[in-house]
Amino acid sequence: MQVSTFWVGKYFFGIEVIRVQEVLRSQKMTVVPLAPPVIEGLINLRGQIVPALDMRRRLHLEPRAEQTAPMNVIVRTEEGAVSLIVDDIGDVLDLEEENIEAPPDNLAPDAGEIIHSVYKMKDSLLLLLDADRTIDVSSTVH
Amino acid sequence: MLEDDEIIREFLIESNENLNRLDTEIVDLERNPTAERLASIFRTIHTIKGTCGFLGFQVLEGITHHAENILSQLRSGQRQVTGNLVSLILESVDAVRQILSNIEASGKEGDNEFPELVVKLERTAADTSTEAAAPVKAAPVAAPAVVAPAIAAAPPIEPQPAAEKPKSVEIPVVKTPAPAQTVATAAPAQPETEKSSAVADSSIRVDVSLLDKLMNLVGELVLARNQILQFSSQKDDGGLNATSQRLNLITSELQEGVMKTRMQPIGMIWNKLPRVVRDVAHSLGKQIELEMEGAETELDKTIIEAIKDPLTHLVRNSCDHGIEDPETRIKRGKPGKGTLRLKAYHEGGQVNIEISDDGAGIDVERVKRKAVEKGLIRVEQAAAMSERAAVGLLFLPGFSTAQTVTNVSGRGVGMDVVKSNVEKIGGAVDISSKPGEGTTVKLKIPLTLAIIPGLLIVSGGHRFVIPQVSLLELIRLDGDALSKIEFVHETPVYQRRGTLLPIAYLNEVLKLPATKSGEACNIVVLQAEDRQFGLVVDGVHDTQEIVVKPLGKQLKGLNCYSGSTIMGDGAVALILDVLGVGQLSGALSRKNEGRRQEESSRTSSFQAQKQRLLLFKSGSFERLAVPLSLVARLEEVPLESVEYAGGRRVVQYRNQILPLIELATVIDPMGAAKGDPVETEGSPLQVVVFSNEDQTIGLIVDRIIDIVEDTVAMRRSTAPKPGILGSAVVGKKVTDFLDLQAVVETTGERFFAKNEARAIKTLLLAEPSGFNRGLLRSQLEMSGYQVIEAANISETLQRVENDPIQVLIAGAEFVTTDPSGIEKIKKLAKSAHIPMLVVSNTAAEMAARRELAPDFDDYQLRFEREAMLASIERLANSVNSFGTYGKASGELEKAGELIHA
Repeated sequence: MQVSTFWVGKYFFGIEVIRVQEVLRSQKMTVVPLAPPVIEGLINLRGQIVPALDMRRRLHLEPRAEQTAPMNVIVRTEEGAVSLIVDDIGDVLDLEEENIEAPPDNLAPDAGEIIHSVYKMKDSLLLLLDADRTIDVSSTVH
Repeated sequence: MLEDDEIIREFLIESNENLNRLDTEIVDLERNPTAERLASIFRTIHTIKGTCGFLGFQVLEGITHHAENILSQLRSGQRQVTGNLVSLILESVDAVRQILSNIEASGKEGDNEFPELVVKLERTAADTSTEAAAPVKAAPVAAPAVVAPAIAAAPPIEPQPAAEKPKSVEIPVVKTPAPAQTVATAAPAQPETEKSSAVADSSIRVDVSLLDKLMNLVGELVLARNQILQFSSQKDDGGLNATSQRLNLITSELQEGVMKTRMQPIGMIWNKLPRVVRDVAHSLGKQIELEMEGAETELDKTIIEAIKDPLTHLVRNSCDHGIEDPETRIKRGKPGKGTLRLKAYHEGGQVNIEISDDGAGIDVERVKRKAVEKGLIRVEQAAAMSERAAVGLLFLPGFSTAQTVTNVSGRGVGMDVVKSNVEKIGGAVDISSKPGEGTTVKLKIPLTLAIIPGLLIVSGGHRFVIPQVSLLELIRLDGDALSKIEFVHETPVYQRRGTLLPIAYLNEVLKLPATKSGEACNIVVLQAEDRQFGLVVDGVHDTQEIVVKPLGKQLKGLNCYSGSTIMGDGAVALILDVLGVGQLSGALSRKNEGRRQEESSRTSSFQAQKQRLLLFKSGSFERLAVPLSLVARLEEVPLESVEYAGGRRVVQYRNQILPLIELATVIDPMGAAKGDPVETEGSPLQVVVFSNEDQTIGLIVDRIIDIVEDTVAMRRSTAPKPGILGSAVVGKKVTDFLDLQAVVETTGERFFAKNEARAIKTLLLAEPSGFNRGLLRSQLEMSGYQVIEAANISETLQRVENDPIQVLIAGAEFVTTDPSGIEKIKKLAKSAHIPMLVVSNTAAEMAARRELAPDFDDYQLRFEREAMLASIERLANSVNSFGTYGKASGELEKAGELIHA
């Protein structure tokens, strides 16, 4: 399995490469007043209007320092593309199936909901995201 | 195999097209049997028969074969066209249609072999003796014998607008004569085939998804064009400017062209109506002539689809309710045959569709009566209602005036659905009617939805687009004019040509940073449904053609936006949903605003005509009014003559004890507490004395302002406040109207009770048990209430939502059986300011319910009739006409005692 990787805070995440349409630098963002905070805004992706989700808020991490330019991971979904705002982009990695494990039970529930498995790397862990659950923010809308 | 599929698909598309035409033609045939028409019908059936024989669809072949036999007899003059025969052929067409849809879905003909129909067809075909063999009017040249073989050899591909099921539309490449004409004029066989092939050459089939894609691309191009134009306007480059201008023109033309490909004549959906009208007329024993005008008027495909059902419904309605049966018509001096006219035409960038009949017209009084019966409005409301408003009642959910429920209409679903469907696509419905002369329903429909003109505005540093259709006018206030935004308590209003326009600040609504409160203010006056409000924005830019893009599902929950678009600079801008913004701001109440306005105009019997008002100040209310007719005297009472009786201030007045109420403490307790002392040492109290037959009461106010005579221009219930009826413009200033009764009641006095008590109140009786419902209902009705019943939670919710209710009486059983449901009802009732009374069978049960659900307005025993009625009356009277009510805590305690007793 090939995954596209990125960093959010100190965590290293991966998402199936076939679900990733493209990766973009920081884009001009239109804020949507009254939208749930996890939605950072809308971006214009060559004429397609794409909602952008702040992954830090999605994972309930502390907000990004200002002046850091985040990256957009554009994920394909059935209802059009959705952008995940992440801190930085990593490489595309080839994973060996035998090193993929279920996530530990003591994962915070917010994270546990969207992390479907964990990949053991030499000196760290790669958290594999369930793309569909990640972009489904209905549970975070209050 | 694949090839077979392809052939079947072609067969389906072609047959569906032909069938759509058949309906119209067969109905025409009944009215005016000519040989050409007959030949055309025969040909169509024959073609289907031929092809399905080839493809091995035996049931289909059987039915078409028998139908063809009958048609052939008709053609040869062996029998005559009769209503029954036409019905039979139409029935066959329906069967064919059903089989075709089965084939489309599963590739098979389905299990229904229509044995009865086949037998009927066979019998009819065999039995020609009963009918006189009068020949059909012969066409000049038509030689039927020639027609059939010629067609059999070359199955005609009729250039008809596409059927809806196969997803493709016909695009005329060359302007050709209307297809219907081609069919009608094509009498001789030879020219017919030539002509049809010529038409076939000039149009091609295109997949709708391809057109959608083209439309999207053109949308993109329009955006790119906007960007280039913006860019080039900043540069001083002749070459660039010229090129971008050319790009501009070409894009506009391309956009228009592609939009045209999606356009379809409204005749597409009208095609089906002759059949509908015939069937309805047939089943009701009426005679109805259908006239159509402007069938070629074109609309976007999506819009055509959206109005198909509403249109059919309206036509059925006209046939059913509008046009009378022949005897009645003749009695009224009209021709026995009614006329239904459909007319479509362009007007001001919109398409108007009119459905008019020459029937009985709308009986306004009957509509009102019906609405009262159904509890949609109250008797007094009905009396004061204008004719136009009464016709508007037809659009209320759950309204149907049909004397009897027919299978055609009268099931109570209808006009409200028509209205909401039309409004969903940005259209509007309007009914006008003349008693005895007929009714006209007018639909106003936008041409397209994908690209709309919008006004670009700025608020809190963000750009937004407001669809032009919702825009009424722009008002700019600066300098002194700024003070024209007045406040009725916290609610800002603007006096626009004598009426009060509620105002909302967009930055507040969207929780955006406030902008400099400055020299000028822009109000965008918007129309949402039938209401208006003003939206204050920071800046107004120009109008643009914008391409509407949907918002992702992540943002679906926000009803203040209807979509988004991309601006000239490439940034995304949100399109405001005018209704959503209005509701969010509170400028439009979420529920039944129209009704409330109606109601407020009713409550004040002193509305329309000029009348004298006493104006005075009290507490923070700078300008209060009360009709002078209610005022007995104005008095100045020296402070030292105020005495106390029963803990209440009184004064001796004309040998009576006059109780005094300090108005400010009632309507503005906060302001009164803050100080603002009314009684400055030495100066006398200003007392307004009100009097009815046997009771007198004095209201202490701060200052009498004036007595004026004025027409009350408009009334509105803004944020409802106890003791205030609403506000109006009096003497060109916003003035609050005092609700005298409510004020007096808050002090525990009863005043005007005699006159008021028997105004008809509507109660909602939510009881799961039919027995209890019946029992309570009769008791309540005997006590002069109007009662609406609801048997379960969902019905109750619906009633609370839609009906004007003063008190909700709920059976205690709901509390135990469906706690979440009753919670919902409670919430809704609270927000609608409807007090709730819970009734139960035994005192023990009542105590238990009270514990389970402690915060209802009152609890009573079902069989303690007097106590229950007293409670209802009190709850009903605590509701003033604007929906506020004071919680009757005293009675709650009483109910508590009752339990313990």
